[in-house]
Amino acid sequence: MSRFSIVNWILVLGVVLLAAVPLFIGSDSEFAGADGRAVERIDESDYRPWFAPLFNPSAETASGLFALQAAIGGGVLGYVFGAARTRRRDADPPA
Amino acid sequence: MHIAEGYLPPLHAVAWTAVAAPFVVHGARAVVRQVREEPETRLLLGAAGAFTFVLSALKLPSVTGSSSHPTGTGLGAILFRPPVMALLGTIVLTFQALLLAHGGITTLGANAFSMAVVGPWVAYGVYALVRRLGGGLAVAVFLAAALADLSTYCTTAVQLALAHPDATSGVPGALAEFLAIFAVTQIPLAVSEGLLTVLVVRLLTRVSPAELARLGFRPARQEA
Repeated sequence: MSRFSIVNWILVLGVVLLAAVPLFIGSDSEFAGADGRAVERIDESDYRPWFAPLFNPSAETASGLFALQAAIGGGVLGYVFGAARTRRRDADPPA
Repeated sequence: MHIAEGYLPPLHAVAWTAVAAPFVVHGARAVVRQVREEPETRLLLGAAGAFTFVLSALKLPSVTGSSSHPTGTGLGAILFRPPVMALLGTIVLTFQALLLAHGGITTLGANAFSMAVVGPWVAYGVYALVRRLGGGLAVAVFLAAALADLSTYCTTAVQLALAHPDATSGVPGALAEFLAIFAVTQIPLAVSEGLLTVLVVRLLTRVSPAELARLGFRPARQEA
């Protein structure tokens, strides 16, 4: 494996570890979202939100829509890399 | 960093919208100009937008026992300059506000300011500074992306502290509380975002060097 690939895999490993380690050291935690915690903190005061979301999907639907968002982004990224790679190969065939 | 719908008082919501709007309008013009003058960079523009789309959908666990998401705005800010990300970031936030009830329309201005304005400008500034000081490409990209992420969340904490000062300790007390919620959780995620952005830049310099050079983006040395 080239040095280029090795460094790339180390970067991927770093990201995976940063996401996985909290799950092990804080396994009794629910990992509630920071956005939600801010809302809870504000709800403790006497503030009441004055506007509600126009469309409020259930938790199940919302997780699906989040997955859709990631899928769209991932799809576009994959397309860009594929297209760029093909263009590079066509313009500059390996010797 | 998504301030929930209705959680900023009307005056704050209007003020942040007024602050963010010029950046977004200017950003829209920057995107149009970019596509018209350098159509061959459209693919990279798509990559920058898609990167923010993916990363802001990922809720990752943090060592604090809560979870949060990266922003993905550093990449586009470095490649295309910050105005482009002002538009792309706001599009992502609008999608999430309308379809996911994540963030909101009344808080869109504040959220756009933290994620689509402050983050990208911090990324750009840090990147330029590190390169000028002679730092390598990977170090500059890592620091730029990580600090863009972190500064976005710090901005959110400031926005919430101004809107919801603590009953006894005022704005500073509230700021400490919101920073504890957002910034501390975000530190490992900022590192993740930095690593991911370095990875994407490495792959782009491999598959798309000509387009990157056209953007004035040159690696310090070409890796074989």
